[in-house]
Amino acid sequence: MSREQKNYLKKRKRKKLLIVSLQIFLLLFLLGLWQIAANQEWINTFIFSSPNRVIKTILNLHQDGTLYHHIWVTFYETILSFLIGTLLGILIATILWWFDVLAKVLDPYFTVLNSLPKVALGPIILIWFGANIRSIIFMAVLISIVVTILNIYQGFQNVDPQKIKLMKSFRAKKWQICMYLVFPSNFQTIMATLKLNISMCLIGVIMGEFLVSKEGIGYLIMYGSQVFNLNLVISGIALLSIMATFLYLLIQCLEKFFVKKN
Amino acid sequence: MNEILKINHLKKTYHTLEKETVAVKDFSMSLEEGEFIAIVGPSGCGKSTILSILSGLEEKTDGDIFLRDKQIGYMLQTDALFDWLTILDNCLLGLKIKGELTEEKKEYVIALLKKYGLGDFLNSYPNHLSGGMRQRVALIRTLSIKPDILLMDEPFSALDYQSRLTISDDVYNILKEEKKSLIMVTHDIAEAISICSKVIVLSERPCTIKKVFPIHLTNGSTPIENRKTPEFPIYYDQIWKEIDYEP
Repeated sequence: MSREQKNYLKKRKRKKLLIVSLQIFLLLFLLGLWQIAANQEWINTFIFSSPNRVIKTILNLHQDGTLYHHIWVTFYETILSFLIGTLLGILIATILWWFDVLAKVLDPYFTVLNSLPKVALGPIILIWFGANIRSIIFMAVLISIVVTILNIYQGFQNVDPQKIKLMKSFRAKKWQICMYLVFPSNFQTIMATLKLNISMCLIGVIMGEFLVSKEGIGYLIMYGSQVFNLNLVISGIALLSIMATFLYLLIQCLEKFFVKKN
Repeated sequence: MNEILKINHLKKTYHTLEKETVAVKDFSMSLEEGEFIAIVGPSGCGKSTILSILSGLEEKTDGDIFLRDKQIGYMLQTDALFDWLTILDNCLLGLKIKGELTEEKKEYVIALLKKYGLGDFLNSYPNHLSGGMRQRVALIRTLSIKPDILLMDEPFSALDYQSRLTISDDVYNILKEEKKSLIMVTHDIAEAISICSKVIVLSERPCTIKKVFPIHLTNGSTPIENRKTPEFPIYYDQIWKEIDYEP
């Protein structure tokens, strides 16, 4: 390796290190500022809480054992709705690709469904399915599935026409075009949709938990706000941020796994 | 010689909301075993339509096509290789679709790849290959189903000039060696004269046959050498004048 190359690599490494340390510094700085502001009583800790209090609240939840139950419930609901939404979404997108008349017929309905804020359906869902996990799952699936269908269907339609022509010149049947060309060529689209989907499902699940208010992190936040315990509310938000990051990384690992396999 | 394909008074009409367009008005030709024929004409005249109909991608409106029990292979404008499949799997695609993927046929494809300089790339992916090599892979993919007649639609138009010349030589040699017949559509007059033994010139849309040029080159050999023969510029000039290039 030449000296220039070494220098170049060193430079790149240094830059990366700088960025990561600045990122960590920014987090610590903001948390520190928050804590100092609380200690100096620049802010009212009753409504703004403080890092110290958040950690204490989470430790309390840990001690009475409910912390893991709530995290598990939200995690489980998110994964379940993610699986249902994704599989069903891909299935429906495939059906639409297969029957283009159906796709044209349903087009305006999807447009309306897509722009409709799904929260508005919350009260109806609650009445139909009752105050239980089914309402939560339904809500989350509803939020994620429309975007899944639209994204994946669009990806399916954008398959290179030359490649379709090639398949047809070999007299390929429709299912063969689907399996050998449409699915594999949309791997990137599907992966991007999964990443979007997992966060959509988390949004849906939290909204569902707000409505149903029985268990889960959404419930903690809702309950906290009702009894005016802002420590609990902010702890819930902190837990959610951690979970969202974790779920995102999970999908990224899944993507890497599939890329390697191919 | 043995006639393997005959087309009589082929006609093709396209329908759109605005109007009805006659793409091909009256087209007849015949192809003998081992013969290479080029179809040239102004762009948009309906040349590609003829190939699409022959390969079964589109229905003809009228006319007759006689094909004596012959398998047809279609090579498209772009190589259309699947990035997610290895070179070998790309070449086996046609057999897989037809449900004819046997060990014996797989060996045949591997032998073809090895014979034409792609032996080291069986398990590579298309993005590791140069444009010319990709085109050779596309050709072998077409040959995998053992077609008797090859249809090529501007097969080298996506390549740079240098690669075009080299790949025309490659393709020519491969097709001659495998004893295939060829119908190619092109807008490149030089390519048509250097590869084929007959050039059919089409008129503007709706297309009909304007003139047929049998090509006889003294000491003709491969396409690159053919370009150096004394008759080459004469044919070029004649065909050039025959095609209406509207300014």
